[in-house]
Amino acid sequence: MSVDAVSIAPPETERLPRARPFVALVAILQREALRFLGQKGRLVAALVRPLVWLFVFAAGFRAALGLSITPPYQTYVTYEIYIVPGLTGMILLFNGMQSSLSLVYDREMGSMRLLLTAPLPRWWLLFCRLLAGSLISILQAYAFLAIAWLYGIRFPWIGYVTALPALALAALMLGALGLLLSSLIRQLENFAGVMNFVIFPMFFLSSALYPLWKMAEASPFLRDLCAANPFTHAVELIRFALYAKGNLLAFGVTTGAFVLFAAAAVWGYDPARGFTARKA
Amino acid sequence: MKRTALLLATLSLPAFAHAGEIWVTNEKDDTISVIDTDKLEVVRTIETGERPRGITFNSDYTRVYICASDSDTVQVMDPKTGEILHDLPSGEDPEQFVLAPDDKHLWIANENDAVTTVVDVDTRAVVGQIDVGIEPEGMAISPDGKIVITTSETTNMAHWIDADTKKIFANTLVDSRPRHAEFAKSGTELWVSAEIGGTVTVFDVATQKEKKKIRFEIKGVNSDLIQPVGFEFTPDNKTVFIALGPANHVAVVNADTFEVEGYVLVGRRVWHMAFSPDHKKLFTTNGVSGDVTVIDVATREPVKSIKVGRFPWGAAMRP
Repeated sequence: MSVDAVSIAPPETERLPRARPFVALVAILQREALRFLGQKGRLVAALVRPLVWLFVFAAGFRAALGLSITPPYQTYVTYEIYIVPGLTGMILLFNGMQSSLSLVYDREMGSMRLLLTAPLPRWWLLFCRLLAGSLISILQAYAFLAIAWLYGIRFPWIGYVTALPALALAALMLGALGLLLSSLIRQLENFAGVMNFVIFPMFFLSSALYPLWKMAEASPFLRDLCAANPFTHAVELIRFALYAKGNLLAFGVTTGAFVLFAAAAVWGYDPARGFTARKA
Repeated sequence: MKRTALLLATLSLPAFAHAGEIWVTNEKDDTISVIDTDKLEVVRTIETGERPRGITFNSDYTRVYICASDSDTVQVMDPKTGEILHDLPSGEDPEQFVLAPDDKHLWIANENDAVTTVVDVDTRAVVGQIDVGIEPEGMAISPDGKIVITTSETTNMAHWIDADTKKIFANTLVDSRPRHAEFAKSGTELWVSAEIGGTVTVFDVATQKEKKKIRFEIKGVNSDLIQPVGFEFTPDNKTVFIALGPANHVAVVNADTFEVEGYVLVGRRVWHMAFSPDHKKLFTTNGVSGDVTVIDVATREPVKSIKVGRFPWGAAMRP
């Protein structure tokens, strides 16, 4: 083979069939779906947490915190109605973190390494993984909304349709955060730290459980922290969407956070520059 | 072009003509907030005497009567201009009143004097005073104008007054602090709410005997907070909406079976209410939260809360 022949040969990746990235997407989706279906308890576990909050916590605070007229509400709502968008966000948050946990597990087991060596752009592979996790999050969120409907907490029917893009964006943002965290965590054992330092502060310092004006009554500083939390905006985006309304600020912050987390995760997974390079 | 504009204007007229108003007295602001029943917003604010509470229109809606409790008077207003035309001698601290079906006599409860005062609205003269129990408040008149009821908050009684002789012909005990009374079903039933007792008692008017006592229970709300005050019947008299005060709910009761069919969450400390002209919406005055909640009567769901003045109390509809 002459030198010229080598120089004109296209790179390996360019000769791959065009459909291959989607083959990878389908394969990753199938793998995540199989994993989800294989773990029968996972859906139940994902739903038990918000349902306990709804049936026990919210019921207990029904009278104490049942009053709030903040957009998108036009009149007073019970605490149970207020809390449902926040608990839907909770499902997405925990599932995003669970994806991060399974990524760390995959890396320890070696299957992640195998995936990342596929002849496709790394960002695409990570996006496929993110999309798969987000789809499962959305399914869980709708399962929760269905149980809430049976419990008597109902939104306008159009709200269940308009909530889909909001749930998708929120799930992608939280999944991207999970992806970023997974690039930072060395071992499975460190995941407890994620629970303590990421999930709980993100959830409690948000508008999921209390409206921001209620937080401001306790402490303006806490209110500011909540307002800066991207999870607050993800919850508000879902809350407004459930009433077929838009919230430009929530959309902007959630989208911005998604782009930021996703870019940082791609950088983090770059073996030459990212966090994985330092671990090697 | 002009013709099109005229046609559009004509087409829009019927919708505008159907819009009614809810007049709400704000007892801490000394004002009335006028709510448009279609736009669901305050379109006028009118100044009144001190601490306005009870409010009612005459039958052709050309006059509105307002209990200005701390001014010790009943004010008569032209609802078109909002101008106070004159005062009526009401006795001390008028809180609630009822206008006779013939629009001639106003029956007023004088809370501090333990009397019911009868005023001729044309001659503006007191034509009678009836001694009743301590702290009279709720006032009702039968559809034929023959029986007037005064409820006294401290004596815990409904006093039955013959409108012609202006004398009490019966007294019936009710639960603690009765605050509102209404005749129902063509005057065959009298309903009386007891705020502290937490009940509504239904009387048979012919015998003045208790027919039924209605109690309330709301999930997650302490029973002490369930304090029934004002209530309104749908035009067919089949359903009654009862304000439950600091429970922040309105109960929906089947007026035939006396069963509580549901509760609607409204603002804080709900006092009284009024229907829109088409009876499709119900407006409740929420004293502590300073707003009025609009309830969709068909779905029994709250649709909006509208900010009004401080401590809204009474409500009356003007078509």
